[in-house]
Amino acid sequence: MLAAVDDLGALPSERDVDPWVASLRSVGPARDDRLRALHDLLVRVASRELSRRLSASYLGGQDRDDLAHEVAADAMVAILKKLPEFRGESRFTTWAYKFAVLEVSNKLGRSYWTWVGRTVALDTADWAQFEDRMALAPEKSAEARELADALRSAVGNLTPRQREVFVAIVVNGVPLDAMVAKLGTSRNALYKVVFDARRKIRAELVANGHLNPVDE
Amino acid sequence: MDERETLDRFLTTDPRDVGCDEAMAFLHVYAELAASGADAAERFPGMAAHLLACGPCGDDFQGLLDILTDPPEG
Repeated sequence: MLAAVDDLGALPSERDVDPWVASLRSVGPARDDRLRALHDLLVRVASRELSRRLSASYLGGQDRDDLAHEVAADAMVAILKKLPEFRGESRFTTWAYKFAVLEVSNKLGRSYWTWVGRTVALDTADWAQFEDRMALAPEKSAEARELADALRSAVGNLTPRQREVFVAIVVNGVPLDAMVAKLGTSRNALYKVVFDARRKIRAELVANGHLNPVDE
Repeated sequence: MDERETLDRFLTTDPRDVGCDEAMAFLHVYAELAASGADAAERFPGMAAHLLACGPCGDDFQGLLDILTDPPEG
């Protein structure tokens, strides 16, 4: 089970109303100016974030610019919708940047299947690649082979949903946000499936003497 | 690190982990705190645990932190 927000502790106290917020909540030319300024800022943030995440060969300059504008437009909609909920726990711009960053993740998750995911087989586990990442390549040692076998067996004992998601995201390396888009669910829901699968697999490996128990 | 330790580290979950919904809801607070030089992980250990374990949320945090430490002009 994942922890609750209460575990985050006390939040910073509310600040005075940010000039951005005051303008965006007003009516007239001042609001229009702020909307334009916010959009321009979001385009720059989206462009920076896309450049950070994608290599130049992955998405060309014009496509990247187009995507940055799409991100900014969708982030604007989300920001204006959520504006009444902004509580001043951070600067307004920090809060607004977050929507652009999250929208980049959302867009890249959805684009995965168009750009690189056509050849990804979701019904077949790429164990060799995964075992290599986990240093469990069978040729490495008898212990690695034993652990790899135990891991495969534990994955086989997951529920069908856990197995599908675990194999796609963890074993085959499909980005979580791409699976979110494919399955029409939320990042939190899929993360929890993987989280529970990790716990279940670990419990089985502990029960069979492959790993040591830990106190939680 | 041997293969057993690598696998164990991957499979071990942190009970303080707040999950993606909470992490996304408070990402701006956490990132601003981290950008200010404060020990955000000490203040919000459940967030820190999640950002360490969740690749996408960790990536979002890194992106936001980068923007805060080197803001776009305008």
